[in-house]
Amino acid sequence: MVKIAITSQGPTLDDHIDTRFGRAAGFIIIDPHAMTFDYLDNGACQVRGQGAGIQAAETVARAGAEAVLTGYVGPKAFKALSAAGIKIGADLHDVTVREAVRQFNEGRITWTDRANR
Amino acid sequence: MREIVVISGKGGTGKTSVTAAFAHIGRSGGKTQAVICDLDVDAPDLHLLLQPRPVTTHQFASGHEARILPETCTACGECASRCRFQAICVDGAVPYIDPLKCEGCNVCVTFCPVGAIAFEPKVCGTWHRSQTRFGPMVHALLRPGEENSGRLVALLRDQARHYARANGLDLILADGPPGIGCPAISALTGVHLAVVVAEPTPSGRHDFHRAVELCQHFKLNIATIINKADLNPQLNAALQQDCRRMHIPVIAELRHDMAFTHALMQAQTVTEFKDGALAAKLRRAWADILTTNTP
Amino acid sequence: MIVAIASGKGGTGKTLTAASLVRTWAGPVVAVDLDVEVPNLHLFLNPRITGRQPAFLQVPVVDNAKCDRCGRCADFCQFRALSVLGATVMVFDQMCHGCGGCKDLCPQGAITWGSRELGEIAWGGIGDDHFLMGRLRVGEAMSPPLMRAVKTRLKEWTPAAHSDVIIDAPPGVSCPAINAVMDSDVIVLVTDPTPFGLFDLTLAYKAFVPLNKPLAVVINRDGIGGEAVDTFCRAHRLPVLARIPYDLQIAAAYAGGRIIAEQANVYWTLFSNLGDQLRMLGPEGRQVGYA
Repeated sequence: MVKIAITSQGPTLDDHIDTRFGRAAGFIIIDPHAMTFDYLDNGACQVRGQGAGIQAAETVARAGAEAVLTGYVGPKAFKALSAAGIKIGADLHDVTVREAVRQFNEGRITWTDRANR
Repeated sequence: MREIVVISGKGGTGKTSVTAAFAHIGRSGGKTQAVICDLDVDAPDLHLLLQPRPVTTHQFASGHEARILPETCTACGECASRCRFQAICVDGAVPYIDPLKCEGCNVCVTFCPVGAIAFEPKVCGTWHRSQTRFGPMVHALLRPGEENSGRLVALLRDQARHYARANGLDLILADGPPGIGCPAISALTGVHLAVVVAEPTPSGRHDFHRAVELCQHFKLNIATIINKADLNPQLNAALQQDCRRMHIPVIAELRHDMAFTHALMQAQTVTEFKDGALAAKLRRAWADILTTNTP
Repeated sequence: MIVAIASGKGGTGKTLTAASLVRTWAGPVVAVDLDVEVPNLHLFLNPRITGRQPAFLQVPVVDNAKCDRCGRCADFCQFRALSVLGATVMVFDQMCHGCGGCKDLCPQGAITWGSRELGEIAWGGIGDDHFLMGRLRVGEAMSPPLMRAVKTRLKEWTPAAHSDVIIDAPPGVSCPAINAVMDSDVIVLVTDPTPFGLFDLTLAYKAFVPLNKPLAVVINRDGIGGEAVDTFCRAHRLPVLARIPYDLQIAAAYAGGRIIAEQANVYWTLFSNLGDQLRMLGPEGRQVGYA
């Protein structure tokens, strides 16, 4: 079973993608074929301050995700995700989680090989 | 959502007064209501002009602090020999940890052979979500002498975004910290526009370049405001040329004006205090910020 | 003696005061710029720089051949500089404070020291006096380790009895400011008489009082604001040792990179008097007072 992680502003597939990786409101961990998913709240990053990107990478790696769909990935998070062997689809904006999954299933995600900023 | 941060490198260039004026202009413009944010948590001054009324107040805890328990300590000196911050003083009967030097790394706690060092969470400050006459504001105050101001800055930015998202607001306007270290980096990463307030003095120009270099390091959009432009015409021209060379727009050139101080004495923004040429320039600069600022 | 020139708020005239104090100081002096994020003192004192060297912080390097990914280092690190990800332990060295705990703790001995460049230290002379500064690398977040390196260099370099030291400290009241002033004998707080100046002076006072060192105030741009700073100083028995008047000539001289004490006899006298009074607050001055 493939699992991908999508940064989400809320717990449903109709919530919008959260464009920030480390400071996303939460992660939807989904099997893109069966469309079964879990929501992991990332609210704790608000008290964590710095290092949120690394922590988020650890979270999605622990959840067993093989790919991440998000907006921006900073350099530390990029390094961490790459080390964990997780593919990164960045630059998604203004789409719902459902739409992002559809793009993934249709093979329309461009995988990035560098951090956004 | 767009985040605009006003910084300067050097303190005292007028960063806070300019931010406050933008908060006022943004409000009277109507459409572009911003969440106002004071990220200079070390010595915050924006509240003196905006007079926020706190809606909620929270403690900010970050990191830990080591403390020796005298009843258990055998004064073996292991902690002092391992501490890389020279925070542990062993000349008394029982070693003493200087809280000002302790960085909360946990080394002494981990290696104490008799478990005589406590590791306690540290409250480093407070933060508030408030209302001002120009809209919502998040701001904080670090406890004097504390560290981790970078973490508090990151927390305020999170709270500002959270509030903006929950209330359908699209803009965050922040007064940034001086310098180019931890708090400045924390305030700048990932913002959509850094407005650098410069002044034509040797320190002003030197620090302007340090601030710009930091923004470029993070690949940010930059705009410049030159304040007190008439203080040194040669250096003003040099700053203008620096900006042209680096393709940084100069969105306002302001003369040295006592109106800033007079407004401050009355807890007003300079644009509330006096509507004239200065206010017109600041309004144009704000309009430029809103139009040139694309992520 | 060591005099630290500090302020809560930036731009109140800290560097202006430090430069004039160095120039008018009676006896040999070392001018030290510890405002390593944005050092400015050299712009006014124009020292001949005779040496410079980069400063480094020791940070961990993980040997992935020896590492068995037990994760103890990552669990230990308070600054999240280490993380077990997939088959490797990653070091995020920019987060590291250099405490050395991970290295001491590693059961496999898989951690060795590497280094992160913090910035540089530069030194030289100003006439018969000495000059020393630190300059943080742009992008480096932590200034206290570089400040420690500057202070170490200062100790190696000057026999303490020989020269007095004047430190230009960073603004603010958090760790870098405390770091800059904690080894000094006297702390001077430069402020201006505006509400901003007063608020930040109040913060600086609260931050520095626990250090148990003599504190004194210099009011810059005297006359532009109100009486509130004076009232505060009286209430807390903070001596106001000098008042630099609000004078556009001073602003213009500063903007031209000139030293205020050299602009007029009254200013030379103002700063040399300030120096005399600071010496009275220092350890030797206090001894004379007791005798």
